[in-house]
Amino acid sequence: MTENVLKTDNSQTKMLKNDKDFVVPGDEIVKSMEYLPGRNCFREGDSLISKRLGLVNINNRVISVIPLSGVYLPKVGDMVIGEVKDVQSNGWIINMHAPYMAFLPLSGIKEFVDTSKTSLSKIFGVGDFLYAKISGASGDSLQVSMQDNMCRKFRSGQIVKIISVKVPRVIGKQGSMINLIKDKTGCRINVGQNGFIWIEGEKEELAKNAIKLVEQESHTDGLTDKISALLENKGGKK
Amino acid sequence: MNIQEQFIKDLASKGNRNDGRKEKDYREIIIEKDVIPKAEGSARVKFGDSEVIVGVKMGVGAPFEDKPDSGVMMIGAELSPIASPDFETGPPREDSIELARVVDRGIRESKMIDLEKLCIEKGEKVWMVFIDIQIINHDGNLIDVAALAAVTALHNSKMPTYEKDVVNYEKKTKKLPVRFKPITITVAKISGKFFVDTTLEEENAMDSRVSVAIKDDGNICAVQKGGDSLTESEIHQIFDLASEKAKELRKLIN
Amino acid sequence: MVKREDGRKPDEMRPIEIKAGVIKNADGSAMVKFGKTIAIAAVYGPRAMHPRRMQEPDRTVLRCRYSMVPFSTTDRCRPGPSRRSTEISKVTREALEPALFLDEIPKTVIDVFIDVIAADAGTRTTGINAASVALADAGIPMRDLVASVAAGKIGKEVMVDLAGKEEEETSCDVPIAYMPRSKQVTLLQMDGDIPVKDFNDVLKMATKSCEQIYKKQKEALGERWIK
Repeated sequence: MTENVLKTDNSQTKMLKNDKDFVVPGDEIVKSMEYLPGRNCFREGDSLISKRLGLVNINNRVISVIPLSGVYLPKVGDMVIGEVKDVQSNGWIINMHAPYMAFLPLSGIKEFVDTSKTSLSKIFGVGDFLYAKISGASGDSLQVSMQDNMCRKFRSGQIVKIISVKVPRVIGKQGSMINLIKDKTGCRINVGQNGFIWIEGEKEELAKNAIKLVEQESHTDGLTDKISALLENKGGKK
Repeated sequence: MNIQEQFIKDLASKGNRNDGRKEKDYREIIIEKDVIPKAEGSARVKFGDSEVIVGVKMGVGAPFEDKPDSGVMMIGAELSPIASPDFETGPPREDSIELARVVDRGIRESKMIDLEKLCIEKGEKVWMVFIDIQIINHDGNLIDVAALAAVTALHNSKMPTYEKDVVNYEKKTKKLPVRFKPITITVAKISGKFFVDTTLEEENAMDSRVSVAIKDDGNICAVQKGGDSLTESEIHQIFDLASEKAKELRKLIN
Repeated sequence: MVKREDGRKPDEMRPIEIKAGVIKNADGSAMVKFGKTIAIAAVYGPRAMHPRRMQEPDRTVLRCRYSMVPFSTTDRCRPGPSRRSTEISKVTREALEPALFLDEIPKTVIDVFIDVIAADAGTRTTGINAASVALADAGIPMRDLVASVAAGKIGKEVMVDLAGKEEEETSCDVPIAYMPRSKQVTLLQMDGDIPVKDFNDVLKMATKSCEQIYKKQKEALGERWIK
């Protein structure tokens, strides 16, 4: 723990943690009224405290904590991979391993369905994995839609699960990491923000191993090099 | 059937598995003995990520009426809710009861515990041996992990002493009289091929499974089949595979 | 100075071992040992709450189950809940609730399961220590970690982490749970027969010891997540 006393014009600020430091809930990050609590942070008196287990992120005057663990919290606009749990008269119940089950209404799918002729379970049945978009998340009401072009039911391939907080690392800056993996393995990959990832292609095993490695080593330096090395070394083998 | 189950089945049809193993391969097996200080015997066993702790406790009680000079053995299991999001609190459900009873038969039918030596006063007082199976993490093949842990725990159990009508747990001198090491091997049929040490995701994709308990001399002492139907020839193949693997696993207990 | 049964000083706790992330299937987990007492805690959630009638419309429900495994005690204990385990489940829940932000995700539940696999005094406090680490491990938003220990007084000596015969000899047994940063006591129980001044001394010993436990809880989380 490093203590830096920043000279400001009035009161003194005591920075107790540095950017990228590991913190647990209750850890004091800074004693100062000059900073604002961002995500996963709260103010108590003149201190900013971490709410969660994660890494400190200091961005100008905003202190946040980037979580290293935790269940997926749905956001409108997220693409997710969910499993159909139940078929109802006007839609489907989808499990995406979030605090709530989601509902996919009949009106949310691309195809036109004549419900007097087709039963909904013929379109999506229990156990089907779908690539869908979160269209509504208020209170405990979670809705998804399949209108987006990318949305579809997966018919083959495999599903890999990682902790949802690691998804940004697997995708990389502007998709750099996921594209690297796709190129080197010849696989089609769809990433769900909820931590479910679909893979299909020539070297699925390699793609899966690369993704798992990103999950394990996400907080270390030189991650891209490590992944490249893995992909190059195994390049020749099946 | 969902794509993940289909994926497992496709791999299985070629004798392959999602974690790179082949049909007859086991995951990494870890065995720790004497993990519970106050138990008479205990063991913690892991096959990959599946983890079970078994504790042996002893007490004195009345024998069964039809076996007045024989000790009593009881096996219980808890699919603790710590071990899986699918396990719930509440009274034992059919899976946990089946687990306990299958492990029980393997040990009881092999006569592994010399129950005759556990008589204190014929018709009145005998030693009771309680074997409790606690699941810690569920990633498939719980029957085999639990059975191996139970046998290991029993082989490392020491008996309390019985003096002046009181069980003295502070004084444990004699080893529990055990002989044999029955090993239970569960073989699963997936896409027409046979696999040992299934993971949870493989169990969701399997068609049927047979658990076989095998004694040191190669005799079968308990069998339990679950799932879809099997032909006689398939059952023979399963028994052969189980026998082969029982010999290997038995070497791990000492 | 009174010599304790196992040679410890009055303010010395038994050897403590804490490990986070011990159950792969759980969202968070921890194992804690205090001497021969061992508790394993697993956290699942926040997740959808069933049965729905038990949901709270504007908050997350915290559900705790404290359970002693049959082989954990000298005399085997029968599986299933008992009056004692039901009470401990309740006070455990109340010890952890103040540390959690429960109004962020309504109609959900956080399940905390504590299995005591070896019992040698201090099972409820060991369980709370494990649950607290498991909650942080699971990424649950918390105000602080919760540390827990029991203290008492034998003769003139106030002592912490009673074990063995001390449980019978002590004039009082005071288990507490404590959030060290804000100095808030979240669990407080007592049985015995002592003047108030003694109780205050015992409480002070307990809170001081909780600060030491708190450090070890943080270390365990660091070891698990930052290799």
